[in-house]
Amino acid sequence: MLTAQKQDYALTQELAAKIDLVLASHDYDQTQIVGVLLDVQDLIEQHYIPETIAYYIAEKLDVKISNIYDCITFYSSLSERPRAKYPIQICNSIVCQVNDNQSIFSTFKELLGIDINEVTYDGRFTLESVPCFGACDQAPAVRINGTIYGRLDSHEKIEKLLNKLL
Amino acid sequence: MSKPIHFITKNFDKYDVSSIGSYMNIGGFDALKKAVTMDGEDIATIIAEAKVKGRGGAAYDMGRKWSQARAVIGEKKVVICNADEGEPCTFKDRELITKDPFNLIESMIIAGYTVKAQDGYIYMREEYAHLRPLLLNAIRQAKSYGFLGTNILGKGFDFNIHLYSGAGAYVCGEGTALIHSIEGKAGRPRMKPPFMKQSGLFALPTCVNNVESLSIVPHLLLDDKKEYQSYGIGESMGTKLISVGGNVITPGVFEIPFGTTVREIIYNYAGGIKEDRAIRLIQFGGASGKVANADILDIPYTYEDLQNSGVIVGSGAILVIDERTSVIDFLRATQAFFSHESCGQCVPCREGNRHIKLFLEKFAAGTATQDDINAMKKIAKIMAMSSLCGLGETAQNALVSAMKVFPESFAIGGAK
Repeated sequence: MLTAQKQDYALTQELAAKIDLVLASHDYDQTQIVGVLLDVQDLIEQHYIPETIAYYIAEKLDVKISNIYDCITFYSSLSERPRAKYPIQICNSIVCQVNDNQSIFSTFKELLGIDINEVTYDGRFTLESVPCFGACDQAPAVRINGTIYGRLDSHEKIEKLLNKLL
Repeated sequence: MSKPIHFITKNFDKYDVSSIGSYMNIGGFDALKKAVTMDGEDIATIIAEAKVKGRGGAAYDMGRKWSQARAVIGEKKVVICNADEGEPCTFKDRELITKDPFNLIESMIIAGYTVKAQDGYIYMREEYAHLRPLLLNAIRQAKSYGFLGTNILGKGFDFNIHLYSGAGAYVCGEGTALIHSIEGKAGRPRMKPPFMKQSGLFALPTCVNNVESLSIVPHLLLDDKKEYQSYGIGESMGTKLISVGGNVITPGVFEIPFGTTVREIIYNYAGGIKEDRAIRLIQFGGASGKVANADILDIPYTYEDLQNSGVIVGSGAILVIDERTSVIDFLRATQAFFSHESCGQCVPCREGNRHIKLFLEKFAAGTATQDDINAMKKIAKIMAMSSLCGLGETAQNALVSAMKVFPESFAIGGAK
């Protein structure tokens, strides 16, 4: 993971322009660091904050880089290491556990051939075990890029969901 | 089942949640128009008379809170809507935001008017990011209609609302952590005092309310017939939104009058238990709440009765777990949650959670000893007494209550 982190992520002009738009939409407001980072993370295909971009944001907002990393490392919705195009967040709260979320874990692991926190070779999928995201009425549920897919209580439903993303 | 009640949920499915005009057609902003003709203290009194208690979990007297916030001297003040609903099995605020966003905006403006604040902040958990456009639109429309901004309704009152997002930290539901997060910092709680009402967000006097608490206010102001006060029993007046989940047939959010029995909630509102299995345990109020066994079924859902039965209303969550899950497995899951969410600042919470985890593993393996039980009780007590914030203080609520209700699960050498 360290090697992936150290790799320089190219801050293209196009990306910088998009980040500037995000910053402008937050009025370059230093209190909105978390909101900015969440929005910028969505701009990066693998949904994380590369180091070069963390520095870019720090400079643009005129805050210390340690302030940016304090937030990135504190909040679990922010990541400093590459995730995937589709991070599959499987709810592991007690509510989903008693609704057999174990079969969601095992089915995704089997279908994708990866374990929790691993990324598929093509960078498209990763599996994450997350606490309750408030979809308990649709348990067992997963969340992918902000969309909730609930009542995944059969192998077929999970396979269908995965095929939809492919 | 008794007739469904819609007081807090009155507006659900009654208007187009993307249109302020549609909201105004069903009486939207009438409460605000009435509020600005009133003295703020009288608004607080109406809330106090309805005996509304904070619906985030702490159950603090809301009328009193507003009255105190109003009395604090300060040139600038802030109101915050805590929409960081993070307790597992709690999703009532999600329903309120989804189905009645304008009412929340209206109630925040009323809050601002009452406590004399200029700015309102909605702090919503990242997991509800899909609801951001809904709220942003509601704020924008309210502004263009003059309900936000300067000189609102010609009363010389200025108020703006800002929407901030959490980022997956349960601890940010705690007031001081929440304000740190809005200030652009990591959401670590701090010591109190200073108390929020005196020095909160940006060191300004701050009044924090839960989504549901706020959402009641516009309805109360227009409740001339005192319908709300006709529901409930004693100190538990009115209605409450609850979210029922777990092994029930129809999990969901329901508005119930206080005093409805737990049995009616589980077997009528939530459709009963899947495959009619027996109930192992019921947890009230989210992960930081307490547990009971099926003996609680005939207890009325009120603050007093639940407390007398060893549980709490808390966040309004009711998690029902059937006989297939053991008490120890349930506790291990709850434990894992708190270990994950502890911010790590204070020793009792950070280390205590780790130790409790090890003890629970011993119980699961059937290798626990009497010494382990004693040590576990001691650590749970230390956590409750000396943690920095509410997270550590309440993390072992489930364990401590389970030890009382299910002593057989903690029998030496008993793995169940």
